[in-house]
Amino acid sequence: MPYGLQLLVQVSFSYLSTVAFAIIINVPRRALNLAGWSGAIGWLVYWLLMGLHSGRMLANLLGALAIGVCGMLFARRKKMPVIIFNIPGLVPLVPGATAYQAVRALVLGDMEVALQLTLRVAMVAGAIAVGFMLAQLLAETTYRMQATKAVKK
Amino acid sequence: MENELLATCLLAGRIMIEGGSEMYRVDDTMTRIARNAGGERAMVFTTPTGLFIALDSQPLVQLAPVRKRGIDMEKVAGVNQLSRSFQAGELTLAQLRARLVKLDTNTPYFPVWLQVLAAALCSTTLMVIFAQKYDWFDMPLAAAVGALGFYAYLWLSHVTTMRFISELVGAFVVGITAWVGVRLGLGQSLDNVIIGAVMPLVPGVAITNSIRDMLAGHLLSGMARGMEAILSACAIGVGIALIFRFF
Repeated sequence: MPYGLQLLVQVSFSYLSTVAFAIIINVPRRALNLAGWSGAIGWLVYWLLMGLHSGRMLANLLGALAIGVCGMLFARRKKMPVIIFNIPGLVPLVPGATAYQAVRALVLGDMEVALQLTLRVAMVAGAIAVGFMLAQLLAETTYRMQATKAVKK
Repeated sequence: MENELLATCLLAGRIMIEGGSEMYRVDDTMTRIARNAGGERAMVFTTPTGLFIALDSQPLVQLAPVRKRGIDMEKVAGVNQLSRSFQAGELTLAQLRARLVKLDTNTPYFPVWLQVLAAALCSTTLMVIFAQKYDWFDMPLAAAVGALGFYAYLWLSHVTTMRFISELVGAFVVGITAWVGVRLGLGQSLDNVIIGAVMPLVPGVAITNSIRDMLAGHLLSGMARGMEAILSACAIGVGIALIFRFF
Protein backbone atom coordinates (compact mmCIF):
# COMPACT_ATOMS: atom_id res chain seq x y z
CA MET A 1 0.00 0.00 0.00
CA PRO A 2 1.44 3.45 -0.88
CA TYR A 3 2.58 5.57 2.04
CA GLY A 4 0.13 8.41 1.36
CA LEU A 5 -2.84 6.07 1.44
CA GLN A 6 -1.58 4.50 4.66
CA LEU A 7 -1.32 7.94 6.21
CA LEU A 8 -4.85 8.78 5.10
CA VAL A 9 -6.23 5.55 6.57
CA GLN A 10 -4.40 6.08 9.87
CA VAL A 11 -5.62 9.65 10.27
CA SER A 12 -9.21 9.03 9.21
CA PHE A 13 -9.57 5.86 11.26
CA SER A 14 -8.13 7.38 14.40
CA TYR A 15 -10.40 10.41 13.94
CA LEU A 16 -13.47 8.21 13.49
CA SER A 17 -12.69 5.95 16.43
CA THR A 18 -12.14 8.95 18.69
CA VAL A 19 -15.43 10.56 17.68
CA ALA A 20 -17.21 7.24 18.16
CA PHE A 21 -15.78 6.86 21.66
CA ALA A 22 -16.74 10.46 22.41
CA ILE A 23 -20.34 9.62 21.51
CA ILE A 24 -20.25 6.66 23.90
CA ILE A 25 -19.27 8.90 26.83
CA ASN A 26 -21.76 11.63 25.81
CA VAL A 27 -19.38 14.43 24.89
CA PRO A 28 -21.42 17.54 23.96
CA ARG A 29 -22.15 17.76 20.25
CA ARG A 30 -20.21 20.95 19.63
CA ALA A 31 -17.02 19.38 20.97
CA LEU A 32 -17.17 16.14 18.96
CA ASN A 33 -15.20 17.37 15.97
CA LEU A 34 -12.31 18.83 17.94
CA ALA A 35 -12.19 15.80 20.24
CA GLY A 36 -11.78 13.68 17.12
CA TRP A 37 -8.92 15.85 15.94
CA SER A 38 -7.07 15.58 19.24
CA GLY A 39 -7.22 11.79 18.90
CA ALA A 40 -6.10 11.89 15.26
CA ILE A 41 -3.18 14.23 16.00
CA GLY A 42 -2.02 12.20 18.98
CA TRP A 43 -2.14 8.98 16.99
CA LEU A 44 -0.42 10.59 14.02
CA VAL A 45 2.50 11.65 16.22
CA TYR A 46 2.74 8.13 17.62
CA TRP A 47 2.43 6.45 14.23
CA LEU A 48 5.02 8.65 12.51
CA LEU A 49 7.49 8.15 15.36
CA MET A 50 6.96 4.39 15.36
CA GLY A 51 7.59 4.50 11.61
CA LEU A 52 10.91 6.21 12.31
CA HIS A 53 11.78 3.43 14.82
CA SER A 54 12.01 5.88 17.68
CA GLY A 55 11.04 3.34 20.31
CA ARG A 56 7.68 2.66 21.87
CA MET A 57 8.11 4.74 25.02
CA LEU A 58 9.10 7.96 23.28
CA ALA A 59 6.32 7.56 20.72
CA ASN A 60 3.72 7.09 23.46
CA LEU A 61 5.10 9.96 25.49
CA LEU A 62 5.08 12.43 22.62
CA GLY A 63 1.68 11.18 21.45
CA ALA A 64 0.22 11.85 24.88
CA LEU A 65 1.97 15.23 24.97
CA ALA A 66 0.36 16.13 21.63
CA ILE A 67 -3.06 15.11 22.94
CA GLY A 68 -2.51 17.12 26.11
CA VAL A 69 -1.48 20.23 24.18
CA CYS A 70 -4.40 19.86 21.76
CA GLY A 71 -6.78 19.38 24.66
CA MET A 72 -5.46 22.51 26.34
CA LEU A 73 -5.78 24.65 23.19
CA PHE A 74 -9.23 23.32 22.31
CA ALA A 75 -10.44 23.72 25.89
CA ARG A 76 -9.41 27.38 25.94
CA ARG A 77 -10.98 28.01 22.56
CA LYS A 78 -14.30 26.31 23.35
CA LYS A 79 -14.28 27.24 27.05
CA MET A 80 -14.94 23.65 28.05
CA PRO A 81 -13.19 21.28 30.49
CA VAL A 82 -9.97 19.75 29.20
CA ILE A 83 -11.03 16.15 29.85
CA ILE A 84 -13.71 16.40 27.18
CA PHE A 85 -10.91 16.39 24.62
CA ASN A 86 -8.37 14.29 26.51
CA ILE A 87 -10.43 11.21 27.31
CA PRO A 88 -11.52 10.35 23.77
CA GLY A 89 -8.15 11.48 22.41
CA LEU A 90 -6.33 8.95 24.53
CA VAL A 91 -8.33 6.00 23.18
CA PRO A 92 -6.12 5.16 20.17
CA LEU A 93 -3.01 5.25 22.37
CA VAL A 94 -4.31 2.86 25.04
CA PRO A 95 -2.09 -0.26 24.92
CA GLY A 96 -5.11 -2.44 24.18
CA ALA A 97 -3.42 -4.95 21.91
CA THR A 98 -0.58 -5.56 24.34
CA ALA A 99 -2.96 -5.88 27.29
CA TYR A 100 -4.97 -8.41 25.34
CA GLN A 101 -1.91 -10.47 24.47
CA ALA A 102 -0.84 -10.35 28.12
CA VAL A 103 -4.20 -11.71 29.28
CA ARG A 104 -4.10 -14.42 26.65
CA ALA A 105 -0.60 -15.50 27.59
CA LEU A 106 -1.59 -15.53 31.26
CA VAL A 107 -4.63 -17.72 30.68
CA LEU A 108 -2.78 -20.09 28.39
CA GLY A 109 -0.18 -20.60 31.12
CA ASP A 110 2.73 -18.81 29.48
CA MET A 111 3.84 -16.92 32.58
CA GLU A 112 7.09 -15.52 31.25
CA VAL A 113 5.49 -13.88 28.21
CA ALA A 114 2.55 -12.70 30.33
CA LEU A 115 4.85 -10.97 32.80
CA GLN A 116 6.86 -9.37 30.03
CA LEU A 117 3.75 -8.04 28.30
CA THR A 118 2.18 -6.81 31.55
CA LEU A 119 5.35 -4.90 32.29
CA ARG A 120 5.21 -3.37 28.83
CA VAL A 121 1.60 -2.25 29.43
CA ALA A 122 2.66 -0.64 32.71
CA MET A 123 5.60 1.14 31.05
CA VAL A 124 3.41 2.46 28.24
CA ALA A 125 0.85 3.69 30.77
CA GLY A 126 3.68 5.44 32.61
CA ALA A 127 4.93 7.04 29.41
CA ILE A 128 1.43 8.34 28.67
CA ALA A 129 1.18 9.75 32.19
CA VAL A 130 4.50 11.56 31.77
CA GLY A 131 3.32 12.95 28.44
CA PHE A 132 0.24 14.37 30.12
CA MET A 133 2.39 15.76 32.89
CA LEU A 134 4.57 17.64 30.42
CA ALA A 135 1.47 19.01 28.69
CA GLN A 136 0.14 20.26 32.01
CA LEU A 137 3.48 21.81 32.84
CA LEU A 138 3.43 23.60 29.50
CA ALA A 139 -0.14 24.76 30.08
CA GLU A 140 0.67 26.19 33.48
CA THR A 141 3.85 27.96 32.44
CA THR A 142 2.25 29.58 29.38
CA TYR A 143 -0.75 30.54 31.47
CA ARG A 144 1.47 32.18 34.04
CA MET A 145 3.43 33.98 31.34
CA GLN A 146 0.23 35.33 29.83
CA ALA A 147 -0.97 36.41 33.26
CA THR A 148 2.24 38.29 34.08
CA LYS A 149 2.15 39.93 30.63
CA ALA A 150 -1.41 41.10 31.30
CA VAL A 151 -0.37 42.51 34.67
CA LYS A 152 2.55 44.47 33.14
CA LYS A 153 0.22 46.10 30.63
CA MET B 1 -31.77 24.67 58.49
CA GLU B 2 -30.31 24.64 55.06
CA ASN B 3 -27.77 27.03 53.74
CA GLU B 4 -28.62 27.72 50.13
CA LEU B 5 -25.07 28.51 49.08
CA LEU B 6 -23.65 25.31 50.53
CA ALA B 7 -26.47 23.24 49.06
CA THR B 8 -25.88 24.72 45.61
CA CYS B 9 -22.16 24.04 45.81
CA LEU B 10 -22.76 20.46 46.88
CA LEU B 11 -25.29 19.93 44.10
CA ALA B 12 -22.81 21.23 41.51
CA GLY B 13 -20.09 18.99 42.91
CA ARG B 14 -22.28 15.93 42.99
CA ILE B 15 -23.41 16.39 39.39
CA MET B 16 -19.81 16.75 38.25
CA ILE B 17 -18.64 13.61 40.03
CA GLU B 18 -21.60 11.67 38.67
CA GLY B 19 -20.67 12.88 35.21
CA GLY B 20 -17.10 11.62 35.60
CA SER B 21 -15.16 14.84 36.19
CA GLU B 22 -11.67 14.97 37.66
CA MET B 23 -11.73 15.72 41.35
CA TYR B 24 -9.62 18.87 41.30
CA ARG B 25 -12.10 20.43 38.86
CA VAL B 26 -14.92 19.62 41.30
CA ASP B 27 -12.93 21.30 44.08
CA ASP B 28 -12.22 24.30 41.94
CA THR B 29 -15.81 24.77 40.75
CA MET B 30 -17.26 24.49 44.25
CA THR B 31 -14.79 27.00 45.70
CA ARG B 32 -15.41 29.32 42.80
CA ILE B 33 -19.20 29.28 43.22
CA ALA B 34 -18.83 30.02 46.93
CA ARG B 35 -16.40 32.86 46.26
CA ASN B 36 -18.54 34.41 43.56
CA ALA B 37 -21.64 34.18 45.73
CA GLY B 38 -20.35 36.41 48.46
CA GLY B 39 -16.61 36.52 48.56
CA GLU B 40 -16.50 33.92 51.27
CA ARG B 41 -13.68 31.44 51.41
CA ALA B 42 -15.05 27.93 51.19
CA MET B 43 -13.26 24.88 52.45
CA VAL B 44 -13.95 21.86 50.35
CA PHE B 45 -13.01 18.26 50.81
CA THR B 46 -13.90 15.97 47.95
CA THR B 47 -13.63 12.24 47.48
CA PRO B 48 -15.21 10.13 44.74
CA THR B 49 -17.79 8.89 47.23
CA GLY B 50 -18.67 12.02 49.18
CA LEU B 51 -18.30 15.79 49.44
CA PHE B 52 -17.83 18.13 52.40
CA ILE B 53 -18.01 21.88 52.32
CA ALA B 54 -17.72 24.55 54.99
CA LEU B 55 -17.54 28.33 54.97
CA ASP B 56 -14.77 30.12 56.73
CA SER B 57 -17.02 32.57 58.54
CA GLN B 58 -19.77 30.22 59.67
CA PRO B 59 -19.91 27.20 61.93
CA LEU B 60 -21.60 25.13 59.25
CA VAL B 61 -20.51 22.01 57.47
CA GLN B 62 -22.62 20.17 54.95
CA LEU B 63 -21.91 16.91 53.28
CA ALA B 64 -23.37 15.01 50.38
CA PRO B 65 -22.79 11.35 49.57
CA VAL B 66 -22.18 10.36 45.96
CA ARG B 67 -23.85 7.03 45.39
CA LYS B 68 -23.45 6.45 41.68
CA ARG B 69 -20.58 7.37 39.43
CA GLY B 70 -21.44 7.34 35.79
CA ILE B 71 -19.95 8.86 32.69
CA ASP B 72 -21.63 11.86 31.13
CA MET B 73 -19.37 14.58 29.78
CA GLU B 74 -22.36 16.74 28.86
CA LYS B 75 -23.06 17.22 32.57
CA VAL B 76 -19.47 18.16 33.36
CA ALA B 77 -19.47 20.70 30.56
CA GLY B 78 -22.92 21.93 31.67
CA VAL B 79 -21.87 22.65 35.25
CA ASN B 80 -18.72 24.31 33.96
CA GLN B 81 -20.81 26.56 31.72
CA LEU B 82 -23.24 27.47 34.51
CA SER B 83 -20.38 28.26 36.86
CA ARG B 84 -18.92 30.58 34.23
CA SER B 85 -22.23 32.40 33.76
CA PHE B 86 -22.58 32.73 37.52
CA GLN B 87 -19.12 34.22 37.72
CA ALA B 88 -20.02 36.68 34.96
CA GLY B 89 -23.05 37.74 36.99
CA GLU B 90 -25.59 36.48 34.47
CA LEU B 91 -27.29 34.25 37.02
CA THR B 92 -28.36 34.71 40.63
CA LEU B 93 -27.73 32.00 43.19
CA ALA B 94 -31.36 30.85 43.08
CA GLN B 95 -31.31 30.73 39.29
CA LEU B 96 -28.05 28.82 39.34
CA ARG B 97 -29.54 26.28 41.68
CA ALA B 98 -32.67 25.87 39.56
CA ARG B 99 -30.56 25.39 36.44
CA LEU B 100 -28.38 22.81 38.22
CA VAL B 101 -31.44 20.84 39.31
CA LYS B 102 -32.65 20.89 35.74
CA LEU B 103 -29.24 19.78 34.49
CA ASP B 104 -29.22 16.94 37.01
CA THR B 105 -32.59 15.53 36.02
CA ASN B 106 -32.76 16.03 32.29
CA THR B 107 -29.52 16.14 30.38
CA PRO B 108 -29.84 14.82 26.85
CA TYR B 109 -27.91 11.64 26.23
CA PHE B 110 -27.22 10.24 22.80
CA PRO B 111 -29.92 7.66 21.94
CA VAL B 112 -29.03 4.02 22.52
CA TRP B 113 -29.00 3.11 18.84
CA LEU B 114 -26.49 5.86 18.15
CA GLN B 115 -24.28 4.70 21.02
CA VAL B 116 -24.35 1.12 19.76
CA LEU B 117 -23.58 2.35 16.26
CA ALA B 118 -20.71 4.41 17.67
CA ALA B 119 -19.42 1.32 19.48
CA ALA B 120 -19.46 -0.57 16.18
CA LEU B 121 -17.54 2.22 14.44
CA CYS B 122 -15.09 2.51 17.33
CA SER B 123 -14.43 -1.25 17.31
CA THR B 124 -13.87 -1.62 13.62
CA THR B 125 -11.59 1.39 13.16
CA LEU B 126 -9.58 0.67 16.29
CA MET B 127 -9.05 -2.90 15.14
CA VAL B 128 -7.18 -1.62 12.09
CA ILE B 129 -5.26 0.91 14.20
CA PHE B 130 -4.18 -1.54 16.89
CA ALA B 131 -3.43 -4.50 14.67
CA GLN B 132 -1.32 -2.25 12.41
CA LYS B 133 -2.42 -4.46 9.52
CA TYR B 134 -4.86 -3.43 6.85
CA ASP B 135 -7.20 -6.25 7.68
CA TRP B 136 -10.28 -5.19 5.69
CA PHE B 137 -11.89 -8.62 5.71
CA ASP B 138 -12.42 -8.67 9.49
CA MET B 139 -13.95 -5.19 9.69
CA PRO B 140 -17.67 -6.11 9.43
CA LEU B 141 -17.30 -8.85 12.03
CA ALA B 142 -15.45 -6.53 14.41
CA ALA B 143 -18.22 -3.93 14.04
CA ALA B 144 -20.97 -6.47 14.74
CA VAL B 145 -19.14 -8.01 17.69
CA GLY B 146 -18.30 -4.62 19.17
CA ALA B 147 -21.91 -3.47 18.90
CA LEU B 148 -23.24 -6.65 20.52
CA GLY B 149 -20.72 -6.56 23.35
CA PHE B 150 -21.41 -2.90 24.06
CA TYR B 151 -25.17 -3.46 23.97
CA ALA B 152 -24.83 -6.29 26.50
CA TYR B 153 -22.75 -3.97 28.68
CA LEU B 154 -25.30 -1.14 28.47
CA TRP B 155 -28.23 -3.40 29.18
CA LEU B 156 -26.59 -5.00 32.18
CA SER B 157 -25.49 -1.67 33.65
CA HIS B 158 -29.15 -0.64 33.68
CA VAL B 159 -30.30 -3.91 35.21
CA THR B 160 -27.79 -4.34 38.01
CA THR B 161 -26.07 -1.99 40.42
CA MET B 162 -23.19 -4.41 40.91
CA ARG B 163 -19.96 -2.91 39.61
CA PHE B 164 -17.67 -4.59 37.09
CA ILE B 165 -20.15 -7.35 36.23
CA SER B 166 -21.37 -5.48 33.17
CA GLU B 167 -17.80 -5.11 31.86
CA LEU B 168 -17.15 -8.79 32.45
CA VAL B 169 -20.30 -9.93 30.67
CA GLY B 170 -19.74 -7.42 27.85
CA ALA B 171 -16.24 -8.79 27.29
CA PHE B 172 -17.54 -12.33 27.46
CA VAL B 173 -20.17 -11.57 24.80
CA VAL B 174 -17.44 -10.03 22.66
CA GLY B 175 -15.30 -13.14 23.03
CA ILE B 176 -18.01 -15.65 22.31
CA THR B 177 -19.54 -13.85 19.32
CA ALA B 178 -16.09 -13.27 17.86
CA TRP B 179 -15.28 -16.95 18.26
CA VAL B 180 -18.57 -17.99 16.62
CA GLY B 181 -18.04 -15.47 13.83
CA VAL B 182 -14.55 -16.72 13.06
CA ARG B 183 -15.79 -20.31 13.17
CA LEU B 184 -18.51 -19.44 10.66
CA GLY B 185 -15.85 -18.02 8.37
CA LEU B 186 -16.95 -14.39 8.72
CA GLY B 187 -13.55 -13.36 10.04
CA GLN B 188 -9.97 -14.55 9.91
CA SER B 189 -8.12 -13.33 12.95
CA LEU B 190 -9.87 -13.96 16.27
CA ASP B 191 -7.23 -11.88 18.07
CA ASN B 192 -7.72 -8.79 15.94
CA VAL B 193 -11.51 -8.93 16.14
CA ILE B 194 -11.47 -9.22 19.94
CA ILE B 195 -8.89 -6.45 20.39
CA GLY B 196 -11.02 -4.03 18.40
CA ALA B 197 -14.39 -5.07 19.73
CA VAL B 198 -13.41 -4.82 23.39
CA MET B 199 -12.30 -1.19 23.07
CA PRO B 200 -15.68 0.50 23.71
CA LEU B 201 -15.64 -1.14 27.16
CA VAL B 202 -12.20 0.20 28.10
CA PRO B 203 -12.33 2.49 31.19
CA GLY B 204 -10.91 5.53 29.40
CA VAL B 205 -12.48 8.03 31.77
CA ALA B 206 -11.11 6.33 34.87
CA ILE B 207 -7.60 6.07 33.40
CA THR B 208 -7.40 9.69 32.29
CA ASN B 209 -8.93 11.09 35.47
CA SER B 210 -6.67 8.99 37.63
CA ILE B 211 -3.59 10.43 35.93
CA ARG B 212 -4.89 14.00 36.05
CA ASP B 213 -5.96 13.78 39.69
CA MET B 214 -2.64 12.31 40.77
CA LEU B 215 -0.82 15.13 38.99
CA ALA B 216 -3.04 17.69 40.68
CA GLY B 217 -2.15 16.26 44.09
CA HIS B 218 -5.49 14.59 44.73
CA LEU B 219 -3.88 11.34 45.77
CA LEU B 220 -6.97 9.86 47.38
CA SER B 221 -9.16 10.36 44.31
CA GLY B 222 -6.35 9.35 41.98
CA MET B 223 -5.89 6.07 43.81
CA ALA B 224 -9.63 5.39 43.84
CA ARG B 225 -9.99 6.08 40.13
CA GLY B 226 -6.87 4.12 39.35
CA MET B 227 -8.22 1.16 41.27
CA GLU B 228 -11.49 1.48 39.37
CA ALA B 229 -9.58 1.39 36.07
CA ILE B 230 -7.54 -1.63 37.11
CA LEU B 231 -10.60 -3.54 38.30
CA SER B 232 -12.49 -2.75 35.08
CA ALA B 233 -9.53 -3.90 33.04
CA CYS B 234 -9.33 -7.11 35.09
CA ALA B 235 -13.05 -7.73 34.58
CA ILE B 236 -12.62 -7.33 30.83
CA GLY B 237 -9.58 -9.60 30.92
CA VAL B 238 -11.48 -12.29 32.80
CA GLY B 239 -14.40 -12.06 30.37
CA ILE B 240 -12.04 -12.62 27.45
CA ALA B 241 -9.99 -15.23 29.27
CA LEU B 242 -13.05 -17.42 29.75
CA ILE B 243 -13.17 -17.92 25.98
CA PHE B 244 -9.67 -19.37 25.85
CA ARG B 245 -10.34 -21.66 28.76
CA PHE B 246 -13.57 -23.06 27.38
CA PHE B 247 -12.81 -23.49 23.71
